[in-house]
Amino acid sequence: MRYVDEFRDGERAQALARAIRNEVRQPWTLMEICGGQTHSILRHGIDQLLPAEVELVHGPGCPVCVTPIRKINAAIELSQRPGHVLCSFGDMLRVPGSSSDLLRARAQGGEVRAIYSPLDAVQMAHKDPARHYTFFAVGFETTAPANALAVLHAARLGLKNFSLLVAHVCVPPAMRAILSSPENRIQGFLAAGHVCAVMGSWEYPDIAERYKVPIVVTGFEPVDILLGVLQCIRQLESGKACVENAYARAVQSQGNQSAINAMCTVFEPADQEWRGIGTIPLSGLKLRPDYSELDAEVRFDLESSHAELPNSACQAAQVLQGRLKPHQCSAFGTACTPETPLGAPMVSSEGACAAYFRYRTTPVTS
Amino acid sequence: MNPSDLICPVPKTTSDIVVTAHGGGGRVAQRLLNDIFYPLLRNQSLDERHDAAAIPGQDGLVLSTDTFVVNPWKFPGGNIGSLAVHGTVNDLAMAGAKPLALSAGFVLEEGFSLESLREVVAAMATAAEEAGVPIVAGDTKVVERGKGDGVFINTAGIGRRLSQRAPLPKEVRPGDKVIVSGDIGRHGMAIMACREGLQLDSEIFSDSASVLAPVMDLVEAGAAVHCLRDPTRGGLASVLCEIAGEAGLAVHLDEALIPVEDNVAGACELLGLDPLYVACEGRFVAFVEPEDEGLTLEVMRRHAVSAGARTIGEVRTGKGVFLKTQIGVDRVIDLLSGEQLPRIC
Repeated sequence: MRYVDEFRDGERAQALARAIRNEVRQPWTLMEICGGQTHSILRHGIDQLLPAEVELVHGPGCPVCVTPIRKINAAIELSQRPGHVLCSFGDMLRVPGSSSDLLRARAQGGEVRAIYSPLDAVQMAHKDPARHYTFFAVGFETTAPANALAVLHAARLGLKNFSLLVAHVCVPPAMRAILSSPENRIQGFLAAGHVCAVMGSWEYPDIAERYKVPIVVTGFEPVDILLGVLQCIRQLESGKACVENAYARAVQSQGNQSAINAMCTVFEPADQEWRGIGTIPLSGLKLRPDYSELDAEVRFDLESSHAELPNSACQAAQVLQGRLKPHQCSAFGTACTPETPLGAPMVSSEGACAAYFRYRTTPVTS
Repeated sequence: MNPSDLICPVPKTTSDIVVTAHGGGGRVAQRLLNDIFYPLLRNQSLDERHDAAAIPGQDGLVLSTDTFVVNPWKFPGGNIGSLAVHGTVNDLAMAGAKPLALSAGFVLEEGFSLESLREVVAAMATAAEEAGVPIVAGDTKVVERGKGDGVFINTAGIGRRLSQRAPLPKEVRPGDKVIVSGDIGRHGMAIMACREGLQLDSEIFSDSASVLAPVMDLVEAGAAVHCLRDPTRGGLASVLCEIAGEAGLAVHLDEALIPVEDNVAGACELLGLDPLYVACEGRFVAFVEPEDEGLTLEVMRRHAVSAGARTIGEVRTGKGVFLKTQIGVDRVIDLLSGEQLPRIC
């Protein structure tokens, strides 16, 4: 398969790993932002090619992991209202809310539809005016433009039976929050290639300069990730801290202007709660006032949005900030498994705990 | 942010109702078998846990059954009727048995068009004829509109084993070669592309087909086949995990050798799915003695349905399934929890 096979080439990967081993002089801790990168690292075994000096820690870039539990409760509540259909990306369905998840809600009679494009939800609403369709708009800057287009399309059609339950998050504020923390140990970032394909890399020079960390825009295949690591290590070893692009086939520094325009037309920055982490100022997106009619939380009085939440010993927040590796958590693989998850990172296909469980534990095959 | 505020609430996780994962071929489905079906229906034939079970007291006779609820009922490369015949014929073949007779039970939803039903049954007739097996018994039930999905079909089949020894996981030995009969993941991705209206450059056709002919030839050629399994739900990875677990051995695979067509690989990349866990309906995996690897490949490649046969790995002492990735690193392969869900971005 073109654009994939050449970036999974064993010899190219080994050559890059050799270059990293040759150039590294001291220990460095790098964070890959995106959960897709985390899964690729574990799925292909990329970390096993790296020298002991290079530690990769896994970042908060798993959209369903950081979606606040209140929003999941609200989604479940909406799915159970008569005449209401909740549409969501498939990966969200298994993520636990306070007392259930969307798959269980569906099994108990809730109307939950897994869709691939938010425009599908608009189409469904258009064809079925008797029921109200809410799309669960989660994700980083990667999904926000398509969700914005769905809003614009629904507005054009004049739909009265379509709304968005918004839980969008943005990468740069999360990077700042991690770097500002007194417990931070991240010395360089592999920035999320897909987010940068939309947003470009113009938001990063300020972060690189202020916190003195190299930031390398990085793709998802083994060769991409190893190239990102190599460029990051080269900067660190030579005392530099700037923004570089190791994913030039997909990312331009200015980003995708049409996508950014759609996003900015529909959404505006807002304070956002990150599951387990807490509220980070201006780290999320909400619908602009012109589109507030399409905001499910404005439109419907959702009890679960205000519900009291139980506490637990799940250490997902530490994992999401790179302070703890999944297998270092005492519940990992025992109290917490994909069938009995204590936290979202164990169920999402981009969650770090799920990646460790799937690719690193002793197989349970009986 | 204040680190003392870091919390992640405990969800309620008791599984007291049926969820879709119970039908997904992963660990949740295994638990359903282990918690309810195996203990309550316990008997020696069932305990073999094979695709087709020996009929007690009837030497060489085997029985298998399978139920089909695929949506949409028609897809590129077949329909629910042909699939229902191929499924049971293949399950019998995996026991090294030639099918003698099939039955078919239909659950029809009020409103399903008779023209469509005719198309389904015609496809069944063709598939049964190709496999050389008559459909000798049947049943029809109709449910009210909204209580079905057009058409569900159950097929069951009786077959006669052609060799003395049944090909079972417990026969697998260290050193055995693992051979797959062709490229994987086509059926699952054909259904997904169809269901979700994915506009792909080249349409994906289901691999739904009978694999009876190459299996019968293997038996006739006397190839030392220790175990056969068709990688339906849960895909290649799941059946290998099951066999490795039941055999108490390790299966080592080489990712670069596992055949996946470009359009299937592309659709999987697009949705974030792993083709190793995507269903096939016209493929089988054979565990064979290393001396008979060449013979097995040669026999399989005589038939169009298994022309793409390839050795993808081997059995060693140890426990589990391991994959040498394309960049040369070993990682484990395990059963998934339930079905794969497409990722968000």
